Amino acid sequence: MNVSKLSIDQVRTGLRDRKFSARELTRSALQFARAENPKTNAYLHFSEEKALASAEAVDAKIARGEDPGPLGGVPVAVKDVILVKGIQNTCGSRLLANYIAPYDATATARIERAGGVIIGKANCDEFAMGSSTENSAFGPVRNPMALERVPGGSSGGSAAVVAQGTAVVSLGSDTGGSIRQPASFCGVVGVTPTYGRVSRYGLVAFASSLDHIGPIARNVRDAATVLGVISGRDEMDATSAFTPVPDYNTAMTGEVRGMTIGLPREYFTRLASETGDLIAKGVDVLRGLGCEVREISLPHTEFAISSYYIICTAEASSNLARYDGVRYTTRSEKGETLIEMYRSTRGEGFGAECKRRIMLGTYVLSHGYYDAYYLKAQRVRTLVARDFQKAFQEVDAVVTPVSPFPAWKLGEKLEDPMQMYLSDIYTITCDLAGIPGMSVPCGTTAAGLPVGMQILTNHFQEGAMFRLADAFERARS
Amino acid sequence: MKITEEQVRYVADLAHLRLSEDEVSRMAREMDAILSHMDKLNELETKDVPPMAQVLYEAGETATLRVDEERATLANEKALACAPNAGGGFFKVPRVIERS
Repeated sequence: MNVSKLSIDQVRTGLRDRKFSARELTRSALQFARAENPKTNAYLHFSEEKALASAEAVDAKIARGEDPGPLGGVPVAVKDVILVKGIQNTCGSRLLANYIAPYDATATARIERAGGVIIGKANCDEFAMGSSTENSAFGPVRNPMALERVPGGSSGGSAAVVAQGTAVVSLGSDTGGSIRQPASFCGVVGVTPTYGRVSRYGLVAFASSLDHIGPIARNVRDAATVLGVISGRDEMDATSAFTPVPDYNTAMTGEVRGMTIGLPREYFTRLASETGDLIAKGVDVLRGLGCEVREISLPHTEFAISSYYIICTAEASSNLARYDGVRYTTRSEKGETLIEMYRSTRGEGFGAECKRRIMLGTYVLSHGYYDAYYLKAQRVRTLVARDFQKAFQEVDAVVTPVSPFPAWKLGEKLEDPMQMYLSDIYTITCDLAGIPGMSVPCGTTAAGLPVGMQILTNHFQEGAMFRLADAFERARS
Repeated sequence: MKITEEQVRYVADLAHLRLSEDEVSRMAREMDAILSHMDKLNELETKDVPPMAQVLYEAGETATLRVDEERATLANEKALACAPNAGGGFFKVPRVIERS
């Protein structure tokens, strides 16, 4: 069987009609993933034993005539910052090279309860900090659509495995665009849900007020199915929402006539021409479907990068304080006293980007700078969030590019961190406001590089977001 | 310059982060460039804008406290399983207090 193009529905039908068993599918998927992985370095480890056990449980259910669950037998990859009990969890860091997760993240437990088969852990930027997956201590990931280019980041491995066909769906995490941007670079669908929609329990914390878990898939329907499975209140995460989870599949009616779409003018200035042209064509498709398109303004957009990088580094400096050589696997040999051991462990263990963010975060929180940077950034965050609240009073969805440009070449932006940060311009506002957003493929450049269109909706309006994305996907195919 | 090498060393000390001399000079340059960009925020008047520390949305009243009853936690040996150095049910660390 060809595992590289399967959808969740095809897995379901294949199992139901006994074309293959979950065990056979899992073995084929693992074999294919192992063979293809050297091209991209997208997987860091495979969880064969666990995967086969999950698959056998699915086969047993089917044999008993029971429903194997919405993800029954589906091969899933999980970003290496989301815990899967008994499997390595490195966060792309030397510091956690030998760390084995002692418990399951709520999202991965829910994937398994729904019959999903976790086959491996996907490479990412160290502690999810980066926009290209070049910050992994275990080597960069290559974009399966153009091997000399980055897959985006930080969930570059999660996007690459889905694009490469070495998993049917994957989980990524998004703090400033880390799901949507790699999805757009690799030509797949990536979803950042409303903050609080999916429990963060078991997601290694980077910036807690901005971190999200979300799905990456080859089509909108698969992404919606996975989101439905992992969403919902979890008492292990105090910020997880009580809001009931709707059935996203019934929301995708294909009917979007009369939906109002806002195009924020701030997102369309200074836009590289090919990306801009493709988004414009995408907007035409939406018009053709009967959507009413109007220009809107999100006036504080240009301040979002600064606000975001102050808040996320501040929270990161605090969250990463725990990697001190005491609890998590790696301790420096140097250092006679406790403090010296801390310093050596952290100095030797963290890569350049993590150090930069710890330093910036510590600086903006330090005495004398807290008000000028951190508090100021939080006030500006309020303004960015208010921009969206105002916009959603007049439109159902906001449509923008995901990234100003398609995937760049490996190494191209490594020497200039500020340039790398600026590439996140279109994705970070969604995280600051806590609204849902997704990337849906909208074509490729002349050089064959995928470009994603971003759809943003108001808090908990994932249903409308999926309806629009699904109608768009159908119209394009 | 917004930030000097001396300040970089001070902040690295606060963060318990050992940096080489090369890293200190590179960090000073990079932080200077990034912090200069962040100064853009000062163009905005935000005196009357409340800070946003957490995402909030309209929601009904919810019970956020669970029932106060005993339940199993991560077992001691599991919590220690990934420690670089453990013994007797504890994390072991280098000397904390100097003996005179």
